[in-house]
Amino acid sequence: MPLQVKRLLLVFAIFIGIMLVLKYVLTPDSWREYGPYRGNAIGEIASQQAKYVQKESCADCHDSIAEIKSRGEHINLQCEICHGPGYQHVDDENFKMEITKNSTLCLQCHTMNAASPKNIIKQIDATEHNEGEECITCHNPHQPWL
Amino acid sequence: MDKIQSLYEALTKVDGFIYPNELALNWDMLIVMYPYITGLVAGAFILASLNRVFDIKALRPTYELSLLTALSFMLVATMPLITHLGQPLRFYEMLITPHLTSAMAIFGFVYLWYLMVVLLLEIWFDYRYDMVIWSREKKGFMKFFYKALTLWVSDTSPESRKTDEKIGYFITVVGIPSAFLLHGYVGFIFGSIKANPWWSTVMMPVIFLFSAMVSGIALVMFIYMVVSYLRKQKIDMNALDTIAKYLFYILIIDFTLESLDQIHRIYEADESFDILKILVRGKLFFTFFIMQIGVGVVIPLATLGFLQFKKPRVRIRKLIYWIISICVLVGIFYMRWNVVIGGQLFSKSFYGFTSYKVNLIGGSDVTLSLLWFIVPFFILAFLLWLLPPWKKAPPIEIPEE
Ligand code: HEC
Ligand code: HEC
Ligand code: HEC
Ligand code: HEC
Repeated sequence: MPLQVKRLLLVFAIFIGIMLVLKYVLTPDSWREYGPYRGNAIGEIASQQAKYVQKESCADCHDSIAEIKSRGEHINLQCEICHGPGYQHVDDENFKMEITKNSTLCLQCHTMNAASPKNIIKQIDATEHNEGEECITCHNPHQPWL
Repeated sequence: MDKIQSLYEALTKVDGFIYPNELALNWDMLIVMYPYITGLVAGAFILASLNRVFDIKALRPTYELSLLTALSFMLVATMPLITHLGQPLRFYEMLITPHLTSAMAIFGFVYLWYLMVVLLLEIWFDYRYDMVIWSREKKGFMKFFYKALTLWVSDTSPESRKTDEKIGYFITVVGIPSAFLLHGYVGFIFGSIKANPWWSTVMMPVIFLFSAMVSGIALVMFIYMVVSYLRKQKIDMNALDTIAKYLFYILIIDFTLESLDQIHRIYEADESFDILKILVRGKLFFTFFIMQIGVGVVIPLATLGFLQFKKPRVRIRKLIYWIISICVLVGIFYMRWNVVIGGQLFSKSFYGFTSYKVNLIGGSDVTLSLLWFIVPFFILAFLLWLLPPWKKAPPIEIPEE
């Protein structure tokens, strides 16, 4: 075998060797446990703390608001849709929840949108429906017709 | 990807009905750059192999230049992809966790095969003898550097050169299917997405391949003229005419294939056709009809076709070739654009469109794309300084056996 070919084979052997070592060292532990992904990932994701705690747990302390909300059209909305994730607040009430007072909050759901059915969600044209005033001056967010 | 602040803002980007996840384009200009640059590599390499394997002697002056061009673009070919990743530093995981369930996961290996086994080896065998000679002439660090490049093999006997020549030839033969594999693979990535009627066609790999050849040949033509101009050397008009001839032929094949694909689509007129028609006539009108077909195909085809029959004076011919090579390069860029961006503009519900705005100033995708297009030219300049094709020893004659 010519010398240059021998040298090249040597270089290739070293390269492949390094690749194999790297593969051995760097491959994540549970790779391919179930398929082409890290098996541990499932456990890691499952063990993450849930950020949203559901409206029932808010009602423990905010019973009056939960009360009025349950009488209005927003009965089915989660509190956290408007106030953000509540997992820290339920443990420590000094942790403030978000309160959005301007119209963008309401318009996320109630703006005119050809793609969403009118009988399921009422929609208004923000340029015609009392433009310039915040929605909450007339509608109570917890019970829109209060 | 821009963050969308409100539904109102989002709706200004949309025509008709689209699904929420189609609002923002996930594959931006960097993904246009990726098939473009990879195509330049495959094309430049195939031009080199025309000389070596198909023994087209007139192309000899551009042989090394095409190889070095291919190498310098190959070295950055992955960069658009890596910089487009949300987690760029994790790209190596693709190489250490190989599997066959995703076409994209295989790119690392297609790439490594082509870079290490084809391009580097071919260039190494081609330059080995010269690097030995240069390592003897140079002093200090450069001497060491060339020595290291030769892997400390200092054999200059005619036998060793003959071995180089033979193995180099063999590698080129292996290299042609590899170049086809490299770019056919890129086409496959798009062609195999069955949910997208603009992409999903078996013709895609073939179309990508031929457009790659077209762009690679145009690039070498362009670089050859610029390099000769910078070195104040006379351009070998015979070589240039031959390149132009092949550019013409392959451009015809490329255009035929693409038209075939479109005609097929038009005649079949399946349920996606209406939206594609609006797409091509509307949002893609400029990039498709004017840039891809007009600038990229019609002008070059007409001019090159004319040159096959009538040859104007050398000066004019040079100018024509120079302009044509740029036209083709621009045209193929827009071809990639129309595939990558076009395929994401319409809703898979076939009822609406989103839009893509290029931020010319300050957009990270444009800046990075430009960067990855310019860097190869610097690499090429360095390679031409390190391994100047014009200082090579004349090739050794292998007697016919
Ligand atoms: C452990 C009892 C408790 C629970 C459970 C609880 N809160 Fe509170 N929350 C409070 C108290 C007490 C305050 C008043 C704190 C203050 O005024 O500083 C408060 C204040 C608030 C405020 C007003 C904050 C402000 O800046 O004025 C909002 C909004 C709120 N809670 C939302 C929620 C939501 C939504 C949930 C369910 C995810 C929830 N709370 C669950 C006790 C609770
Ligand atoms: C439709 C969105 C929305 C929902 C759903 C909602 N809130 Fe509110 N909430 C608001 C807005 C807007 C304000 C600010 C009202 C204001 O300042 O007049 C507010 C204010 C509050 C406040 C502080 C002011 C006050 O009235 O005492 C508390 C506490 C509160 N919400 C708790 C809740 C709880 C508990 C729920 C679930 C039962 C809930 N919210 C559901 C939008 C909402
Ligand atoms: C998460 C989506 C959502 C948000 C945010 C939201 N709403 Fe609603 N709203 C609903 C749903 C769902 C209903 C019940 C279906 C219906 O009647 O439209 C409703 C009902 C209403 C109604 C009664 C319509 C009727 O006559 O039946 C009013 C008024 C209203 N919302 C106003 C508001 C205002 C004001 C805000 C801002 C503080 C707001 N909504 C924020 C989802 C939302
Ligand atoms: C000046 C007081 C006022 C303001 C401000 C106001 N609304 Fe109303 N809204 C009304 C009244 C009164 C009605 C019932 C009559 C009607 O449909 O116009 C109503 C009706 C609605 C309805 C039910 C429409 C239907 O089809 O039944 C929705 C939803 C609504 N408003 C949402 C909003 C939102 C969102 C905002 C903020 C952008 C807002 N409103 C601001 C007074 C107001």
